Amino acid sequence: MTSREQILQQVRSALRRSEGQTPPEPPPVRLHVPEMTLESRIASMTTRLEALAGVVHRVKSPQAAGAWIAETLAGRRAIASNAAFLRDCGITQIPGVRSGITDREELRQLCATADVGISSADYALADTGTLVLLSSLEARMISLLPPIHFAILPATRLLTGLDELFTLVPNPSQLTRSVVLITGPSRTADIEQILVRGVHGPGLLTAVLVG
Amino acid sequence: MSREFQQHIHDALADSRLQNAVYTATGRLKDARLAVVSDNVLSDYQELRTQANALKRHAIDHLDYYLEQFQRNVETHGGHVVFCQDATEVSDFVLSLAKERGARLIVKSKSMTTEEIDLNERLEHHGLESVETDLGEYLLQLAHERPYHIVAPALHKTRYDVADILTKRLNVPRETVPEKQTALARSVLREKFLAADIGISGANFLVADSGAVVLVENEGNARLTTTAPKIHIAIAGIEKVIPRAQDLAVFLKLLARSATGQLLSVYTSVLSGPRRSGEIDGPDEFYVVLLDNGRTRLLPNAERRQSLYCIRCGACLNACPVYRKIGGHSFPWVYSGPIGAILTPQFMGIAREPELPFASSLCGACAEVCPVKIDIPKLLLDLRSEAHSQRSGFEKLTFRVFAWLACHHRLFALAARIAARLRFKVGPIGAWLSQRDLPPPPSHRFRQLWRQR
Repeated sequence: MTSREQILQQVRSALRRSEGQTPPEPPPVRLHVPEMTLESRIASMTTRLEALAGVVHRVKSPQAAGAWIAETLAGRRAIASNAAFLRDCGITQIPGVRSGITDREELRQLCATADVGISSADYALADTGTLVLLSSLEARMISLLPPIHFAILPATRLLTGLDELFTLVPNPSQLTRSVVLITGPSRTADIEQILVRGVHGPGLLTAVLVG
Repeated sequence: MSREFQQHIHDALADSRLQNAVYTATGRLKDARLAVVSDNVLSDYQELRTQANALKRHAIDHLDYYLEQFQRNVETHGGHVVFCQDATEVSDFVLSLAKERGARLIVKSKSMTTEEIDLNERLEHHGLESVETDLGEYLLQLAHERPYHIVAPALHKTRYDVADILTKRLNVPRETVPEKQTALARSVLREKFLAADIGISGANFLVADSGAVVLVENEGNARLTTTAPKIHIAIAGIEKVIPRAQDLAVFLKLLARSATGQLLSVYTSVLSGPRRSGEIDGPDEFYVVLLDNGRTRLLPNAERRQSLYCIRCGACLNACPVYRKIGGHSFPWVYSGPIGAILTPQFMGIAREPELPFASSLCGACAEVCPVKIDIPKLLLDLRSEAHSQRSGFEKLTFRVFAWLACHHRLFALAARIAARLRFKVGPIGAWLSQRDLPPPPSHRFRQLWRQR
């Protein structure tokens, strides 16, 4: 008998279940989506992310987002993801910004040496200050290896919280191999519980809300 | 109480620096949790605990179904599930895969399950390099120690201890500022990440309807471990499975709050299968090892089964007056504190660890903070009774005599009068008195007062 069969058999006999016996529906999860205006969602996102030493920056239009990024980069080396929204913002055309990479090794090298990683985000969660990456066009290394991360998204993508996310996307693994929720800059408190930012991931995080 | 357990406790109590470090750190974690579960911040906290408990109960009660569903969905996404009964089967699997792929360097993110089976030692014994990448775990690996705490593994180390470890093991100039120590570890580990052949992670949750492994962390090392190398192996206990991705809305709200007082951990990754077509990064191969290692032994008893609901948040450690005094290394296995006191004897058999369920004051603080509502005090009592039934002689007799006396009030009154005059300095009661003061007998006994009223 294989280990699989042995384990499953032990489980079944301990639980007095027979093979293939379907369980009743699991208890329902009550997802609560509160009414919140866009302005109050932005206010909450800002408070939450700033409490974690992240930054929320709001711009009026995609063009303004591109201009802000160009100005803030000030010539530093950056790598941008292949998300269409970044192109719409004109970010991929900024000198010093590499984009359109499709080769894993090349991407890894660029991310390991870039000063800034620029990604979009599919959603943000106002009540925790979280960015949500679902798109398979978003290489995950971009929000991970460079010491600074800028995430750009339309303000309308700002949800109230986890409950709304799981209401909209009940099974996010259908969309991508790697769903990532980012809540603030990388941090540790492993030495004497003293907070240190930028351990393995970026130590600086800015969410740019467009619109 | 075994000599070894007693000696560990003695050493921990005598070390004032350690006492201070552990008490301060657990106190901070305790306060941080309290600040984010209070009514004005999270009004449905109790409701969430009830839901989490119901979901875990449902998942464990139908474990075989959800394990099979999980496996099917992992395979749909192009991943593989490997069932392992014990430590040897896990290391055999990793070793043979490493050999087939010509892999030499493994990066690991924090996992209590792999601590349970001494995976690093087993892999290194066969010539592989296996590097812990969580900062605390990395420091402990360098120091050859096991985790002191489920979520804050190096909680007992001061920055000066860390300086000693880094200087000695990495041959670098002494550095005592945590920020610089962290930067040093980052640069060493960054090289490892980029060169590693295999990444091994644990799993906070396994989602049956998604075939996904959920990892929760703050540093980014788990993301790197599961993104940079071409092979990702997640190693998880079979009890980690939950039915639906939606259930995460309950568990994620509870886990970080209970563990560190964060609303969410910095990074939550929901990983299913190898990279898909059109995805630029991520591993080419994805394996999930489902480990038994004694877990199925907890299933037959419906009461004890709830021990498997644990989501490893560590809140019960921070709340426990015993853990806060005797610390994590006094406990005989990787799981310490109240949850360790119920898991260890059940995984290993009560005969091997009969004292552990007694390392508790039964104050109930652990049950009060448990996000999945495990009734730890009840299980401790249950295990005590099991340990007791295997004991012989004096203690059993003492309690039987006491029970008999308590049922015969005249004799009980007489015995109480005699006992009040005696001073116990020797025998088992002498040992008890070495740590406590027996209050002086009152001048007026309750029974006397009752008669006079």
